[in-house]
Amino acid sequence: MSIRVSHLNKRFGNFVAVDDVSLEVDSGELVAFLGPSGSGKSTILRIIAGLETADSGSVFFAGQAADHLHARKRGVGFVFQHYALFRHMTVAQNIAFGLRVQGKSPGEQGARVHELLDLMGLAGLGERYPGQLSGGQRQRVALARALAPEPQVLLLDEPFGAVDARVREELRHWLRRLHDEVHVTSIFVTHDQEEAFSVADKVIVINRGRVEQAASPAEILDHPATEFVARFIGEANVYEGVARGGQVAVGRLQVPADGLPDGTPVCAVLRFYDLKFWKEDQGIARVARTMTLGDRVKVEAVIDDGPVIYSQFPRRSSLLAGIEPGCRIHIEVTLARLYPHNVVEGITVSA
Amino acid sequence: MRGTLFETDKFPPPPLCKRGEKGTRWAITAPPTLFLLAFFLAPALIVVLASFQYPGEFGGLAPLLDAGDGREHGLTLENYQFFFSDFLFTEILLRSFLVAAASTLICLLLAYPVAWLIAKSPRQHRDFLVLLVILPFASNFLIRVYAWMIILGPQAALARLLNGVLGAFGLEPVSLLFSPFAVLVGMVYVHLPFMILPLYTNLEKHDPVLLDAAQDLGANAWQRFWRVTWPLSLPGVFSGSALVFIPVLGMFAIPDILGGTRDMLIGNLIKDQFLGVRDWPFGATLSIVLTLCVLSLAGLAAWAGRRRRGEQ
Repeated sequence: MSIRVSHLNKRFGNFVAVDDVSLEVDSGELVAFLGPSGSGKSTILRIIAGLETADSGSVFFAGQAADHLHARKRGVGFVFQHYALFRHMTVAQNIAFGLRVQGKSPGEQGARVHELLDLMGLAGLGERYPGQLSGGQRQRVALARALAPEPQVLLLDEPFGAVDARVREELRHWLRRLHDEVHVTSIFVTHDQEEAFSVADKVIVINRGRVEQAASPAEILDHPATEFVARFIGEANVYEGVARGGQVAVGRLQVPADGLPDGTPVCAVLRFYDLKFWKEDQGIARVARTMTLGDRVKVEAVIDDGPVIYSQFPRRSSLLAGIEPGCRIHIEVTLARLYPHNVVEGITVSA
Repeated sequence: MRGTLFETDKFPPPPLCKRGEKGTRWAITAPPTLFLLAFFLAPALIVVLASFQYPGEFGGLAPLLDAGDGREHGLTLENYQFFFSDFLFTEILLRSFLVAAASTLICLLLAYPVAWLIAKSPRQHRDFLVLLVILPFASNFLIRVYAWMIILGPQAALARLLNGVLGAFGLEPVSLLFSPFAVLVGMVYVHLPFMILPLYTNLEKHDPVLLDAAQDLGANAWQRFWRVTWPLSLPGVFSGSALVFIPVLGMFAIPDILGGTRDMLIGNLIKDQFLGVRDWPFGATLSIVLTLCVLSLAGLAAWAGRRRRGEQ
């Protein structure tokens, strides 16, 4: 079932949580709301579920306005951030809850519970209580409970936030596989880019209650629509400067700025992986440090008469040959993104 | 098989105390332990013993050992035989349980909405509302019970209104005071805070997200209460009920003041044995019977509770 949200607004006192948000999710899609904490992404999710009322704006399910529908009539499955399992019920009773309150027969309930326990890899745990399960297991029970009444839409609020990194990785793959199997229209909220990009068909980047960009992961990485997206997604160097002669000077580094009239104040965003360093004694920067991060090496250099710049290379890359602290290097910018400077907000990488 | 959380497998719990701390631990726990031994356990044992003794000639207890003066001495089962010889005593005991159960139930019905409202009110108001609940304790218990004598008395507006209505229908006037009704009113009034407070403490801790989850799964307001809030509040219900039921069972002041002659409860009977007819052994017997009844009831409740949770 497709979801359309149109001109949604929500305030909590003076705080604007959702600011004129419009977005669309196609039927059967798996979409991520990505944004820093406090950006309003959970609030949008709760409004879609009917757990929160918008100040203005509308939510449409399959083209039908759902604003007047009570949460329990929306046919939306919701997975809460900290599981929100009923600790006084067994796993099986938790999963059966939705069917039970809808008056399904015990036989029907039992069959569905059994099916879901199998699907979730929880077979044999039906009689346990939530308190007797690990974090990953609880998360899967929460998912099974949301899926039991066969919802048209599945909403997940930071579903993997409360489990440790390794289990999170497993659950991600597993959510992707589950979605490919069940094909229910799903939205999940996350502040973890890797999670959003590895799982979702489409990523909607949200900041300060506004949609910054809604596109496929590759599109967002390659063509960030706003400065915020460029800064927030991937690791990047961010510099402020003024265009002059089709270039922006960052110390001795010249960042190409073709077609920009002289004197335009700009913000230049240089992704770590859009930079090449190589050793050259007449270079424009000096390597300060190299940091080995697992399979990658992060290089910190200081541009002559300018700020610090970072790049990152695969551990065994030939680009790393001879690069060591103290040596001089040349820098090639393979891709730079420039944004008008008057909309600067969000994180600033120290310059 | 009981499930184990793997955290506890990985990290065994730290030992409760190191050797050097043992002395400190003893120093902290000894005074209250000694206090309980001296002023709770010892008196309780004395009561048990007294229930098997003969009454003294002028009240009190007859000696355990033969003083050579031909008086009754030693141990006997007579007191217990006497209790079972007349159904009147069992009836009083049963009536007391009935009054205690009714008071507990009424307290629960009145206290639950109050506790729920306090728990749902804005955080900055809650302490004040709790203060209002316990405020009556600032005045003397007996004064508050005597106040009910005035409220329920025949000259008070309440009784006059009621009897006016009854009279209009050609019915006999009734007395509100000195009736089982007055006893119940008094019991409920005095013990209500003991039900509200544990319920509030419990309800306040409930995570509102659970109700969101239930609602999202299609539960209506009643189902959300009955399947989520109520079962999670049972610990509060149980502790509140115990805090009301047990004191009501032993209460003698309220039936003395507000009840009629036929509203005697086990508490009054015991008080009379000690202070009125000065038959200490029979008073002790009644106390023991009452204690055993309460303990077996509590044991039954605990057993039922464990069965409910599926533990063995």
